[in-house]
Amino acid sequence: MNFLAYGVAGWICLVGFYGAIVSKNLIHLALCLTVIQSSTYILLLSIGYEKHGGAPIFKGVKLGTTAVDPVVQSLTLTDIVISVTVIALILALALDAHKKAGTIDPDQLADFHG
Amino acid sequence: MLVATLVPLQASILGLVALAATAVALCRNTLRQILLSGVYGLLLVLLFVVLQAPDVALSMLVVTTVAYPLIVLVAIARTRAGGVDGSDGDDDA
Amino acid sequence: MTRRRIRGAVALPALGVLGAVLFWGLSGLPPFGNYHGIYGFLINHRALPQRHTTNAVTATVFDYRGFDTMGEEFILFAAVTGVVLLLRKTGEEGEDEPPEEEVRSDALRLFGMFAVAGGALVALWLIAYGLVTPGGGFQGGVALASAFALLFLAAGYGPWARRAKDAALDPLESLGASGYVIIGLAALISGLPFLTNLLGPGKPGTLWSGGSLSFINWAVAMEVAAANVILYKDFLEQYIAPLARGRG
Repeated sequence: MNFLAYGVAGWICLVGFYGAIVSKNLIHLALCLTVIQSSTYILLLSIGYEKHGGAPIFKGVKLGTTAVDPVVQSLTLTDIVISVTVIALILALALDAHKKAGTIDPDQLADFHG
Repeated sequence: MLVATLVPLQASILGLVALAATAVALCRNTLRQILLSGVYGLLLVLLFVVLQAPDVALSMLVVTTVAYPLIVLVAIARTRAGGVDGSDGDDDA
Repeated sequence: MTRRRIRGAVALPALGVLGAVLFWGLSGLPPFGNYHGIYGFLINHRALPQRHTTNAVTATVFDYRGFDTMGEEFILFAAVTGVVLLLRKTGEEGEDEPPEEEVRSDALRLFGMFAVAGGALVALWLIAYGLVTPGGGFQGGVALASAFALLFLAAGYGPWARRAKDAALDPLESLGASGYVIIGLAALISGLPFLTNLLGPGKPGTLWSGGSLSFINWAVAMEVAAANVILYKDFLEQYIAPLARGRG
């Protein structure tokens, strides 16, 4: 039962990889990448969780009450905002490929030259 | 002795998140997939709140409700086989 | 089609092996809820006395691990530069007039009137009080960009295009990114290590707390907001261009 959080993160990572491998469409591929990224967020936050801990905000809360780890939260929140621009870059590449080759199927794009 | 620290609320939301992620990754139609991805994002926001991470939940919320649907829907609209006003689907199993 | 099937058939055993190693590795972690790290406890206990910020996560992002955040900002900057290079129209696609597609629903325009202003206010509050309650530059920046994107949804492409101009957004984004480095260099010039917190800590729980942390917060918010608006603008131009061509 204690392993459920890590197990869910591992399962989501694997299912995202499978979706990306058998993808027929570059946009579907980009969304599977977001699924893989979210599995790392779940894993990080589960590692930092402390039992009976509150949020690491201390306004009105006495200093010294149990709180969860703020370091993994800082890594996760910057990553979420930056992944938007990286996925936008991948989608821009897909749009460009569609303009040049007329298709966004990765298999057909692999045969395209020029 | 280690006490079981996983509360039933966390366990149920983790189960829902796993189901939603499977649905998002294995969905073929991209339009359906972006809507499922919005639902998945909201479930993740719930999970982050339950794991006592309000900052992370805030950033996931603003990102998954406006930023992702906007750019993905524009990409879907531009890469449809029949053009923007075309009504045929782009891909289906 | 056959290539994809071969890929799928090869992927399943490979993912099985990956999954086995992954779960074997994950089982070696400390059980859920028994956090062993020292760094987290230290920051939780020292963030309020040292930096006078009640939000330990913001103190970590902008102060204790401020150098990492600078690196992440540059990832953002590079990705947005890549998108602009790929998507921005150069001379050959023409400087068309934005098409006059109007939003005809009054309810939507009324909603937009309240939502854009309200959203912008909430976003500014998120940025400013990020040091006190959950929030910060990253969340508030994206929220500000979303409030601006609501302008397109509620008022049509014309008002959006007239307000989201390259000439205004590019300098804002560069100012945000360089502002971070300049604040760090200001510490270097006065003889302290790069990105040392220069100004005094301030009064905890108010807007003036954290010292140079709050300036870095605003610089990051400006950069994230401008970068996201540039992204939305370039994508929406891609969406509008065929509609404009269709109407002649």
